Amino acid sequence: MKQKITISSIIGALFKIALIVIFIFPFYWMVITGFKTYMETLQMPPTLWPAKWQWVNLQRVWESGPYPLYAMNSVIVTVTSLVLQTAVMVPAAYAFAKYKFPGRGVLFGIVMAAFMVPGQVTFVSVYHMFAKAQLLRTLWPQILIHGVNAFGIFLLRQAFMQVPDELLESARLDNANEFQVLTKVMLPMGKPTLVSILMLAFIGIWNDYFWPFILTTSKEVYPLTIGIAALRDVEGDFAWDIIMAGNVILVMPIVAVYAIFHKRIVRAFAYSGIK
Amino acid sequence: MEYGKQTPWEKIRPYVFILPAMVFLAIFVVYPVIDLIIRSFQEWNMIKPPKWVGWKNFAYNFRKREFWDSIKNTCIYTVSMVGIGLPLATIIAVWLQKSTRLNNALRNVMFMPHVIALLSVAMVWTWIMNKDNGLLNIVLGFFGLPPLKWIDSSDTALMSVIIVAMWKALGYNVMLIYAALQNVPAELYEAADLDNASRTSRFFKITLPMISPQMFMLLINSTIGSFKVFETIRIMTGGGPGSSTQVLVFYIYKQAFQLNKIGLAASAGVFLMIIVGILTGVYFWALSRKVHYQ
Repeated sequence: MKQKITISSIIGALFKIALIVIFIFPFYWMVITGFKTYMETLQMPPTLWPAKWQWVNLQRVWESGPYPLYAMNSVIVTVTSLVLQTAVMVPAAYAFAKYKFPGRGVLFGIVMAAFMVPGQVTFVSVYHMFAKAQLLRTLWPQILIHGVNAFGIFLLRQAFMQVPDELLESARLDNANEFQVLTKVMLPMGKPTLVSILMLAFIGIWNDYFWPFILTTSKEVYPLTIGIAALRDVEGDFAWDIIMAGNVILVMPIVAVYAIFHKRIVRAFAYSGIK
Repeated sequence: MEYGKQTPWEKIRPYVFILPAMVFLAIFVVYPVIDLIIRSFQEWNMIKPPKWVGWKNFAYNFRKREFWDSIKNTCIYTVSMVGIGLPLATIIAVWLQKSTRLNNALRNVMFMPHVIALLSVAMVWTWIMNKDNGLLNIVLGFFGLPPLKWIDSSDTALMSVIIVAMWKALGYNVMLIYAALQNVPAELYEAADLDNASRTSRFFKITLPMISPQMFMLLINSTIGSFKVFETIRIMTGGGPGSSTQVLVFYIYKQAFQLNKIGLAASAGVFLMIIVGILTGVYFWALSRKVHYQ
C-alpha cells in the first residue's frame, strides 16, 4: 500500500518538528550561550551561532573558584555512593529473594515503606543528625545518605527471584559457599538489572542538588551542582556566558552516558516507573 | 530449605545479609522520622535547650498567612502538573504511539530533560525567561505580543516555574504512558475497527480503561512529586517575588535554616509527611488491586 500524504499528516509532522525544537532548543541555547562573549549574549537580535567559539569560558569557570575540587567532590561522592549502594543492596536483595526466614515479609515491608518517605520530609532531622556528628565538613553526609537504595533492592530482588532454585542447589552441591553462589550464579543473572539500577543512581546522584544543598556548610565539600549554582553569586546574575558554560560542564557526563545508553536508560526508567 | 534442619549460621545468615540495609534505613529514614515528630512538639532555636510545647507549633503554622500561601502555591503547582501535565502527556503518547523513526526520535528527545540536572534546566530557563533579553520575550515580540516579566513578577512567577517543571516532566510521563500502551492487546483495536469506532471512542472505551492502572500510579506519583517541589523554586525564584512561589518544602526550609525555628519546620514537615503518607497508602491500595486484576 502506498503511504497517503494528506494535509493532516503534514500538519502532524510539522507539530512534531515544532515539539523537537521546543525540547532541543533550550539545550542548544545553553551550549551556544556558554561559548559566546558576554557582549554577544546581550546582542539584539541574538545570534544563533557564536561569532567566535569562546572555549576560554570553560577555563574561566574552572578558575572562578575551586572548581576542580568541586568536580573531584562530585566524582568521589558519586563513585563511593554507588559502591556502597551495591555492597548494601546485593546481599539484601539476595536474602529477600532466595531465603525463607521469620519476619521476611515485615522487614521487606519496612524497606518499601522507607522508600516512600521522601528526603523533603526528613531533611531537617537528617541535617541535625549530621551536624551533631560533626560530619558536615566532610563528604560523608552526601555519601551515606545514598547508602541504601530501597527501590534498587526491590528491583534487584525481582530479578533474583527469576533465577531458578535448581541452579542454586546444583552450585551448592558442587560445594560452592553462599558467597560464591551470590557472585558466580546470582550476580551474572541479575547483572542487567543491577547495571540499570546503578545507571539511574549515577544520574540521580550526579545531578542531585537537594541533599548537597542541605548537607554542605563549607566550600571544600561542595559538589559540582552547588558550585555551578554559586556561579551566579561569584560572576553576577547576568554573566550568562559563564553560568551556561558551567552548566555545559555539569551536563556533559550525563549527556555522554545518555547518548550511548539511551535505550537502556529509557527502558530502566519506564520499567521502574510502572511496576 | 526447611527451617528445622538449619544450622545456627544458616538461621541467622539472612539477617546478616539484610543487616547493612536495615541499619542504613534505621539511621537515615526511621530515626529522622521519629526525631521529626518529637521536634514538631518542641520549641527549639538551636541555642536554648528544646522545650515541650504540645500542639502549639501546629496551631501557629495554621494561623500563619505564609504557611497557607505556601499550601496554596503547592496546590496550584500540583493541580497544574497533574491536571494539565498528565492529559497532555497522554495525548502526546497516543499521538506518537506508532513506532516510526520520527516518533521514536521525538520521544527520546522529549525524555532528555528528565536525565539532565534540574539545576541546569532551571538555570537555562531562568535565562530564557529573562525579562530584558531572554529568548522567550524575543519570540513573543516576533509575533507582535507584549513581553512578559515571567519570574520577575508575582503575577506570572508561579506559572513560569510550572511551565519549566512541565517541560522537564513531560517526556518522562509520555514514555511511561507509551510503555503502558504497548501492552494493550492489538486484537481489541481490531475489534473496534470492525465496529467502525471513532478515534475518540476507541480512546475512551479501549485505551484509557486498559492503561488506567498505570495512569493511576502516574497520577499518585506526580502528586507526591509535586508536593515535594523545592529545587526549581529555590533556583529560579527563591520563593519570590514576595511569597508568590513559596511552596511547602520551601516554607519548611526557611523556618529551619533561615529563622532557626526548628519546631515550626518540624510540624510543617509532619504535615507534609501525612499528605505523602495518605497518597502512598492510596498508591499501594491501587497496586494491590492491579495485581488482583491480572
